[in-house]
Amino acid sequence: MVTSIIRRLFQALFVVLAMTVIVFIGVSVIGNPVDILINPDANQVERARVIAHYGLDEPLWKQYFIFLRGLAQGDFGDSFVYGRPALGLILERLPATLELAIAALGIAIVVGLPLGLYAGLYPSRISSRTIMTGSILGFSLPTFWVGLMLIMIFSVELGWLPTNGRGPTLEFLGGQWSFLTSDGLRHLLLPALNLALFKTSLILRLTRAGVQEVLPQDYIKFARAKGLRERRVIAVHVLKNLMIPVVTIVGLEFGSLIAFSVVTESIFAWPGMGKLIIDSINLLDRPVIVAYLMIMVLLFVVLNFVIDICYTILDPRVRLDSKA
Amino acid sequence: MTVSNADNETIVKSEPGSSSRVFKDFFSSPGAAIGFAVLIIICGLAILAPWISPQNPYDLMQLDIMDGRLAPGSESMNGLVYHLGTDSQGRDILSGILYGLRTSLTVGVVSAIAAALIGTSAGLFAAYTGGRIETGVMRLVDLQLSFPTILMALMMLAVLGKGVTNVVIALIIAEWATYARTVRATALVEREKEYIEAARMLRLPGWRILFRHLLPNCLAPVIVIATMQVARAIGLEATLSFLGLGASVTEPSLGMLISTGYQYLLTGLYWISFFPGVALLITIVAINLVGDRVRDVLNPRNAS
Amino acid sequence: MTTPLLSVSNLVTEFGGEKGASGLKAVNDVSFKVERGRVLGLVGESGSGKSVTGFSVMRLLERPGRIASGQIIFDGVDLARLSNEEMRQIRGKRIAMVFQDPMMTLNPVLTIETQMVEAVRAHDQVSKTIARQRARDALGLVGIPSPEERLSSYPHQFSGGMRQRVVIAIALLHKPELIIADEPTTALDVTIQSQIISEFQKLTEESDTAVIWITHDLAIVSRLADDIAVMYAGRLVESGPVSSVLTDPKHPYTAGLIASVPSRNRRGVPLRQIPGMTPAITMLPKGCSFRTRCDRATDECLVVPPLFPQQERFVRCFHPVMKAMT
Repeated sequence: MVTSIIRRLFQALFVVLAMTVIVFIGVSVIGNPVDILINPDANQVERARVIAHYGLDEPLWKQYFIFLRGLAQGDFGDSFVYGRPALGLILERLPATLELAIAALGIAIVVGLPLGLYAGLYPSRISSRTIMTGSILGFSLPTFWVGLMLIMIFSVELGWLPTNGRGPTLEFLGGQWSFLTSDGLRHLLLPALNLALFKTSLILRLTRAGVQEVLPQDYIKFARAKGLRERRVIAVHVLKNLMIPVVTIVGLEFGSLIAFSVVTESIFAWPGMGKLIIDSINLLDRPVIVAYLMIMVLLFVVLNFVIDICYTILDPRVRLDSKA
Repeated sequence: MTVSNADNETIVKSEPGSSSRVFKDFFSSPGAAIGFAVLIIICGLAILAPWISPQNPYDLMQLDIMDGRLAPGSESMNGLVYHLGTDSQGRDILSGILYGLRTSLTVGVVSAIAAALIGTSAGLFAAYTGGRIETGVMRLVDLQLSFPTILMALMMLAVLGKGVTNVVIALIIAEWATYARTVRATALVEREKEYIEAARMLRLPGWRILFRHLLPNCLAPVIVIATMQVARAIGLEATLSFLGLGASVTEPSLGMLISTGYQYLLTGLYWISFFPGVALLITIVAINLVGDRVRDVLNPRNAS
Repeated sequence: MTTPLLSVSNLVTEFGGEKGASGLKAVNDVSFKVERGRVLGLVGESGSGKSVTGFSVMRLLERPGRIASGQIIFDGVDLARLSNEEMRQIRGKRIAMVFQDPMMTLNPVLTIETQMVEAVRAHDQVSKTIARQRARDALGLVGIPSPEERLSSYPHQFSGGMRQRVVIAIALLHKPELIIADEPTTALDVTIQSQIISEFQKLTEESDTAVIWITHDLAIVSRLADDIAVMYAGRLVESGPVSSVLTDPKHPYTAGLIASVPSRNRRGVPLRQIPGMTPAITMLPKGCSFRTRCDRATDECLVVPPLFPQQERFVRCFHPVMKAMT
């Protein structure tokens, strides 16, 4: 167990290193580092200062180490637009994105899991077929367009919910959170629904497929042969086996939710990391872009690591394998 | 004729023999048949766009700013009827959609095919050579697949800059890994079979084993992924264009049209965003319906 | 004569088909009885409907399977007409089942303890502690060493034979009156098979439990069973006491089965085979299903023969084998 964790830690570290190389190559070799790192409005003196600061006159491998050293110190440079450290800018917006992604994931699980379970248990019912057809639609509907339609229906036509922003926030754990105020919750609802749509379909289909794989197994039949109530067969024997793929996917999709929040945040003017990165790409605010990419890389590596460990806890068979 | 070749012949020959079954199976699903028909119509409309569009939406000379933001069914000064209304620059939405479909389909098909070519070659090569090259390629694939497509695409666009061409490049780079993984997995299974061993014993040249023996067996999954990938690519292109990273304002794709309509949505001018979105949705659903069926039909597990 | 514990009569189990339309008959007009404390060997090839018969008695058929007609009288009650909840109360409590593959029977992600305690508490309202004690005792009974520690193990930490012992322990938890054992030793090594059979025999004899032992292995039946029922293509073709059926088979199919078992006494004599293949249930020949493989078949066999009583036995054949072939 411990050895496998350590091995995975090393693998994770390797991934992070590999991604720094890729980002470095992307920024410094494919793109023009002088353009990337220096504000186009900067004067000659400023240019010379930055070139010296980042060692752009040094050989490539040395530049890479300077880049790495910056990363290790959390120094990605200052944003051209805001004139403040890029990392701070992003971390400031992290709670908004986290809140959105967690809410969306919650919706996706709360809606997708029971519906998928139902569709898997009673595949021939018309209601199940309707659910499955609906999930194809959920897969195909472009997220951003659904967002617009949500705004059009619930905000413009019905006037029930606000169109943009986070609403009032409260301080908690060092961040600003919308879900702590009722008006903030109202602001959160539409974006979270929008972001959840695709993942709901995904979890739904995955759950259904899982149910259909587990149900015909002998151990389910045997559980019934023991005289267990149907409720216990489903809630313990079917669900426990389902949890393994579902937890894996939920973990992986959480990262993807944060990545996809760029779309939802842009539509609902939700002031999170995603909105910031799109603005930064549009404004060529490179330090922020690099900082964002590296934070995402780190996030994904950590997530994968956590999922691996969850997986080991959930599936006793894996536990044995890693012992051997 | 050698034993190995005879074996291979039967495998290759069974393909055309079963192709009529594949077609029959495919159209036995009404959803897939409708999807296919819709797709044919959409492709036709996209190809014929320059001849059937009421106006050329990219030709600024034809646009009249006075006709901006007209509701569906309105008539212009010169008698032209805007069936689906106009956008803020007086562009006929119907024409915009027809031309936008051209862009969307081109981006989708080009990126899917290019990614398929690159991914399939990489996967085949990895499976065939084995050893360090295989490990290296597959590590790269794993690395890439652990990040969502949109993040990879954003990363690429951040480096390459905005524009439709760069979106295509970003899509290719973001998607090739899926093919590589699948093709390698399939090829690995094939590689262990006797006929490949026999072909190697006969010292057939490597490229011959690769293309005549391994490749045909990997085609089915590649076709399935490619179909789905076209839909994904179209959706992603629209998303990126919506975010302002793809098509330019003067030559809008569907995503860009929706994006320009976004600001007017709040004032109740729904059609600028609504109709292009419907076109996008129909296209993606049609491709997904077809892809779903192709997967079921080509799946050897279902082909009993 | 006492009333039998289980009396199945004219059971028809269909797959597919709904009210009005009839589906595929996996079990067709099957009748048999099991007395208390006796062992019935239900014999047939794969696809003969013997397992489906077992699952029909348990009412554990998977869709689209369903009991189309017939009675399953268990201790005076027709199981086919019980509500789902009434049937649940019988399952595991009065009728238990042991499955074919012990690797697949236990839920891989739950501990043995969970799976045994829930089985106890499904029928008896006892505390978890007491349920756990009973589980531990049951494991000890089937010969699992240090049952206390093994309770917290997962199924994959047991060997196949040990798993089947666990399954048998679960089946015996409530001292059922009837156990349906669906080829419980087929998936095991031969030496383990023998152990499990002895163990099983001992335990069921002690508690006077009746057993339906579903198998294709005539050797096991001859060793274990009191009565035998032979199935072919969904129909019962012959039934009666094991000793007389195995030494003096009347149905040509039974005779063929017995002749195709390798035996020490007939060394050097080539094994007989039944010609042809078992027909698929979707394309059975008209009349007697065995007709096309039978050298005794005549035009008479174009109608389905009834079950002819012969002393204490039944044979579904117009031309039964007359003399014992020893």
